[in-house]
Amino acid sequence: MFGNLSHLALQQYWYVIVALLGSLLVFLFFVQGGQTFLFSIGKSENERTILVNVLGRKWEFTFTTLVTFGGAFFASFPLFYATSFGGAYWVWIIILFAFVIQAVSYEFRTKASNFLGKKTYETFLFVNGMAGTFLIGVAVATFFSGSQFALDEMNSVTWQTRARGLEAVFSVFNLSLGFTVFFLARVLGLLYFLNNIDNNNIIQRTKKQLLYNVIPFVLFFLLFTVLLMLRDGYAVNPDTGEVFMEPYKYFNNLVQMPLVLVIFLGGVMMVLGGILTSLLRDYSNGIWFAGPGTVLVVFSLFMLAGFNNTAFYPSAYDLQSSLTIQNASSSHYTLVSMSYVSMFVPFIFAYIWFAWRSLNRKKVTEEEMKEDAHY
Amino acid sequence: MFESIDMSLVDWSRGQFALTAMFHWVFVPLTLGLSFIVAFMHTIYFRTGQEEWKKMTKFWMKLFGINFAIGVATGIILEFEFGTNWSNYSWFVGDIFGTPLAVEGIFAFFLESTFIAIMFFGWNKVSKRFHLAASWLTAFGANLSAVWILVANSWMQNPVGTVFNPLTARNEMTSFWDVALSETAVIKFLHTITSSFLLASIFVIGVSAWFLLKNREVLFARRSTIIAGVFGVLAALVTILTGDSSARDIARTQPMKLAAIEGLFDGQTRAPLLAIGALRRDATKMPDGNEKFIFKIGFPGVLSYMVHLDTDGFVPGISDLVYGNEEQGILSYEERIERGSVAIQTLKEMKRAKDRGDEVTYAAMAEKFSDPKWVEDYFQHFGFGYFKKADLDDLIPNVKLNFYSFHIMVILGVHFLILSAIALWLAMRNRWGNHKWLLWIALLSIPLPWIASQAGWVVAELGRQPWVVYELMPTIAAVTRLDAGAVQLTFWIFTLTFSALFIAEIKIMLSQIKKGPGGH
Ligand code: HDD
Ligand code: HEM
Ligand code: HEM
Repeated sequence: MFGNLSHLALQQYWYVIVALLGSLLVFLFFVQGGQTFLFSIGKSENERTILVNVLGRKWEFTFTTLVTFGGAFFASFPLFYATSFGGAYWVWIIILFAFVIQAVSYEFRTKASNFLGKKTYETFLFVNGMAGTFLIGVAVATFFSGSQFALDEMNSVTWQTRARGLEAVFSVFNLSLGFTVFFLARVLGLLYFLNNIDNNNIIQRTKKQLLYNVIPFVLFFLLFTVLLMLRDGYAVNPDTGEVFMEPYKYFNNLVQMPLVLVIFLGGVMMVLGGILTSLLRDYSNGIWFAGPGTVLVVFSLFMLAGFNNTAFYPSAYDLQSSLTIQNASSSHYTLVSMSYVSMFVPFIFAYIWFAWRSLNRKKVTEEEMKEDAHY
Repeated sequence: MFESIDMSLVDWSRGQFALTAMFHWVFVPLTLGLSFIVAFMHTIYFRTGQEEWKKMTKFWMKLFGINFAIGVATGIILEFEFGTNWSNYSWFVGDIFGTPLAVEGIFAFFLESTFIAIMFFGWNKVSKRFHLAASWLTAFGANLSAVWILVANSWMQNPVGTVFNPLTARNEMTSFWDVALSETAVIKFLHTITSSFLLASIFVIGVSAWFLLKNREVLFARRSTIIAGVFGVLAALVTILTGDSSARDIARTQPMKLAAIEGLFDGQTRAPLLAIGALRRDATKMPDGNEKFIFKIGFPGVLSYMVHLDTDGFVPGISDLVYGNEEQGILSYEERIERGSVAIQTLKEMKRAKDRGDEVTYAAMAEKFSDPKWVEDYFQHFGFGYFKKADLDDLIPNVKLNFYSFHIMVILGVHFLILSAIALWLAMRNRWGNHKWLLWIALLSIPLPWIASQAGWVVAELGRQPWVVYELMPTIAAVTRLDAGAVQLTFWIFTLTFSALFIAEIKIMLSQIKKGPGGH
């Protein structure tokens, strides 16, 4: 059934899937965001144990989504994988490193003779929450602002800076997305606490922190959106494949794809709605609005970056080296076989949902942790 | 094309990959094997409801969890390292290689990470039946993770089901099933999985032996030994069987690797399989008429039999492969380099014609790549074209390392079979605790399966050198162009971090074991 689709249709289908995975990942960064509060909200040992256990039931899921996002990107757009990971070496290595130290921390933190000490593992979690979210935001911003690379006739990348991707942090635009993702993750983490913890001290501090973090989140998000709408974008001539700069490209994309505009605005409303109801009322389900809202907003950003004849991984150094969903993709055959695999995804969502529900029927309390803390 | 590549960059990149892969592999086989042993114990608890079995399940499950976390931590590096350090490779083979990686994420990793949470948190929260199912699904998921990555690796050893597309300068998949079900992939999967079961069995037997030596938890230790003994004997048998199939498969697909692991410098009929041997210190890789061995003991004709099912079959040695052997229809490396250069040249001319807008030349050149005869005569040797100015010596893998690694693996395989059989036999008769020296052997054997397992990968990966994708893409062409210094820095960062995590893991494991199944 997929075999009859054109190569372009398959490329678009896979770009949508990768975008969905990426959007889901940003939502799931509530784990990372939550980790940055271990010290500020978890004042006592017991409170920290609650926080770690509540997050610990979900960290694997975020991690696996990251891994699958990487795998799916590799399989469907290998030239992106090769160009970005090999090119922006330092950015990705630091991000990876932040995830390596996370993966052991939950399991090792409270174990006897854990060599580095409890505090170190808590610091690992903190670093993962900071660096992971911020740098991924910066890296994704280069989907709009471009990077410094060229591809040769064998499609091998040469990066033009010695900073190998770290130069991206010297752009206000890139930083604005980095901080947006960082504060968003924190906000989501707080909403997740409200939804899952039954402990007065924690809830009170969570609400206070929510207020402190919503403000910078909204400001950075506004800054990013304004800069994005005003900047020139990397347009592709659909007939020749030639890449050129077009003023207000991303604004134009938004207007020319009204569905994306609706998704974007709908997502923003849901995020803000989820936050406001949690702030103003005694409402603990805010995460169920802000989370899906996040997915919608991030998804629409991916659409702006790659659809409507736009180069999704542009090179500011050599425009014609820019990657588009057409020149970076796998072959027709591979995309078809992977599309069959993608049909299992709903089934996987179903069992994950079922498994989560079976564990998370009640909120976590201090009493429960006394007998049943795993981490 | 690649004269400008800095060799120290290639070496550091290889070193970094070897470090991270081998580190990942310290934890993965225990995860693969222990998950099933735990699921099995859990099933017995479910059936009998005896507290002793619950205690056992929980004890081994805890060790499983500690080990699992660090396996995950090291896996993510590997996945992204293909992009960061082998970016040219990632593009050249991404069309084939990316798919198994994605499928693995979608199927295996989600299955495992979802149900592992239930396995650990579910004791009083979900029904007993569902909880048991979670243990099995975790084990199943872990082993499913192995399938796809091994498919990918097998394809690198034996690239089938693909065709080179000159327009994009890369390999493209033509048959998913040819890639997924190639003989190499099936054998590799079976050998890797069963050897991992074996590793976990020896681990369980060894740890139980420690309890017996301390005279603690005797019932627990005896039952654990029996379960692991059954697993171990079966796994050892299949490991040896599939190891033999692996060697046969190599003979067919990578004759140079076979020659290297057997130290076969000159081809012969009635080729012997060496049981043991030692190479001279000054023995070079190139056949030069000098005696290479200090001593060797082998079984004449057995290698020929393994390869051809005929003790008189001819097995090519390193010299036949390098210098060619007309009688056997083997082309020399020089000839293959010549033909490979023609293929590379054709590709370049084609690109140039396209840039000039010379459609006629372009079409004529592109035509060649789909002509089966030309592909067989020239394109098949494409990878050799990269070695135009190279020393022939560079085209031979490290013979000593391969030879010793292979023989260590085989000898240890036999040792594990005997050990697990004795442990099982005596434990069933309730006499396993009576022989202190046997318990000591079991205890001291704990690290050995790790040695065998790592040696297996050394054979697989170093025996394939100098190719990343066998005879298609040389390792030097695969590497990302970075400053060697940058890779060096990340190498040391990883070494430091991994060492710290490794010490932490070992210390935690030991303290959990010392607490025993009774403690908390
Ligand atoms: C406990 C571990 C263990 C044990 C006892 C053995 N192996 Fe093994 N072997 C492995 C663990 C392993 C492995 C780690 O799983 C490898 C690495 C790559 C692979 O496919 O499996 C491997 C690879 C491997 C290869 C190379 C495959 C390739 O290049 O693709 C051969 C030829 C053998 N083995 C043969 C044997 C034989 C004849 C054994 C007889 C006893 C044996 N192995 C025991
Ligand atoms: C987990 C077990 C593995 C171990 C212990 C292992 C070990 C190694 C070692 C020692 C090297 C360095 C070879 C050299 O320097 O000559 C290497 C290289 C490499 N391996 Fe593996 N490997 C493992 C699994 C895999 C798998 C499953 C794949 C692919 C799916 C793979 C792909 C590669 C690649 C691309 C290289 C770099 C290129 C090269 O040097 O050949 N490895 N590995
Ligand atoms: C170079 C090759 C390899 C890569 C790129 C790789 C990648 C990964 C990744 C990304 C993870 C973390 C998964 C998670 O998020 O849970 C992981 C874990 C794991 N890998 Fe590897 N791996 C490689 C080699 C192998 C081999 C050869 C095997 C088995 C034969 C294996 C089996 C496992 C298992 C059992 C886990 C445990 C965690 C899990 O399944 O979630 N890996 N690997």
